Amino acid sequence: MKITDEMIDYISQLARLELSGEEREKGKEEIGKIIDYMDTLNTLDTTDIEAMSHAFPVKNVFREDVVKPSVDRDIITLNAPQKKEGCFKVPKTVD
Amino acid sequence: MELTSLSALELGKKIKSGEVGVVEATKASLENIEKYDSTYNCYVTVCKEEALKRAEEVQKLISDDTLTSPLAGVPVGVKDNMCTKGIQTSCGSKMLSNFKPTYTSTAVQKLEDAGAVILGKLNMDEFAMGSTSETSFFGATKNPWNIDRVPGGSSGGSAAAVAAEEAFCTLGSDTGGSIRQPAAFCGVTGLKPTYGAVSRYGLVAYASSLDQIGPMGKNVEDVAEVFSTIMGHDPKDSTSVKQDAKKFVLDNNIKGMKIGIPTNYFRKGLDPEVKESILASAKVLEGMGAVVEEFEMPALDYAIPAYYIIACAEASSNLSRYDGIKYGYSAENFDGLVDLYFKSRSEGFGEEVKRRCLIGAFVLSSGYYDAYYKKALQVKAVIKKSFDDAFEKYDVILTPTAPTTALKMGENLSDPLKMYLGDIYTVSVNLAGLPGLVVPCGFDKEGLPIGMQLIGKPFGEDTLLNAGFAFQSTTDYHTKKPVLKSGKEA
Repeated sequence: MKITDEMIDYISQLARLELSGEEREKGKEEIGKIIDYMDTLNTLDTTDIEAMSHAFPVKNVFREDVVKPSVDRDIITLNAPQKKEGCFKVPKTVD
Repeated sequence: MELTSLSALELGKKIKSGEVGVVEATKASLENIEKYDSTYNCYVTVCKEEALKRAEEVQKLISDDTLTSPLAGVPVGVKDNMCTKGIQTSCGSKMLSNFKPTYTSTAVQKLEDAGAVILGKLNMDEFAMGSTSETSFFGATKNPWNIDRVPGGSSGGSAAAVAAEEAFCTLGSDTGGSIRQPAAFCGVTGLKPTYGAVSRYGLVAYASSLDQIGPMGKNVEDVAEVFSTIMGHDPKDSTSVKQDAKKFVLDNNIKGMKIGIPTNYFRKGLDPEVKESILASAKVLEGMGAVVEEFEMPALDYAIPAYYIIACAEASSNLSRYDGIKYGYSAENFDGLVDLYFKSRSEGFGEEVKRRCLIGAFVLSSGYYDAYYKKALQVKAVIKKSFDDAFEKYDVILTPTAPTTALKMGENLSDPLKMYLGDIYTVSVNLAGLPGLVVPCGFDKEGLPIGMQLIGKPFGEDTLLNAGFAFQSTTDYHTKKPVLKSGKEA
């Protein structure tokens, strides 16, 4: 599949990645080749076969809704690049 | 005999009897790390002070009979994608190069509870994405059998550390072959357990429906003991299966064990020396009373494209958590919130990680979802069914682990598709959630190790371990050691 400029821009937007000019050109070519290879799946007929997310049946796991102590705020924010008053600090988002 | 040449269980026994002290064993491992790691680069972080302190504590607990595990006092290494409280867990990435987890992963905690001494964190492909350990932000790991060769990946550090005797055994993780292929390349034993057998709590996620933690070591007995220590249900991982930890009493009587060999794995692309060695190993097992039969498994030919679609899709979703705000790398110059996301991710991730996030975003995007992602999940069902059918007839499936022995450094870095194709024999096992054991079974003309893969039924690790144990009780490939080079000699 030929990956067009629009396509690479769209998927890098979805992936929240800013690609340099070189990364973008190389990406178009390499991803195109990889997608072509993935197209070999089309030679296998999968009509009426149900998509399988997990190899074994998994069910929702429920537990009683019991109040338990949670992780301390200071610990949760220990790795935060920027914090303020026990919160994660982010750039201004609303004027 | 050098202390570091002992197996984990042999060392554990000597520690228990008082013949060897825990501090002495820990110092011996640390000395090997000091001597050899500048050559092989197995470790991202060495926890010297912590390990020596812990060794003293463990010695006391062994002496007063509080700790009785066969692994008590044994120095071990852990792949750098398992969280360790207060110790950098980088996942081989710039993105997490400053990340110190506030909790310890369940598998590591279980090893520590048994009295194992954690020596440090082992190198890996960035976010476990790669088959050579060359994509690490911290530089490539080298193969102890030949420093111009890769150790395999992504758990290259975990495999090389066992081969270079920089740890008695290690933990790795396996999403598409990341324990098994490096085990084969480095001539060590590695087990990828059944999906759900070991808790993934605290394992940095790559492709959650395929990821599984497992042991690597010098022989099947060590691997069985570590597996027995880390397995079991964990309420913190909803996909971990409700089964109690098992003790494996290994039995080398494999009389009547039915072993199937999928013939389509032995055609084009397989190195003749690897092929010969795997088929000779089948003969060894046959000689011990196993019934070996060839059969066809055509669905396996679709495993690689299905695997890369599913793995990339899950990766792109899992890695969306890296936003530069909660933890991890954060860009310094940006214009507003969205730009902070873009800049942090673009500066923090390496080439292969970006590629997989882009492929994942593509196969999940509207218009392509059904053609790629849904199709791959259907193919996964076909592959699972063909394994179910095969296990109606066979107890174990025997295959190569990789098409070749260890590749030259840099050989596949420039061609991602070529690298993906090298995972042909391992990825189907993850898609079907099955256990896979790799044991050393020969050497090529250049002296590089070859490993065979034994695939088992879900939760059939005991059968696999017995088959591997039987093989190792009549062969000596697993006892061969590379000539190690210190930093000065390399």
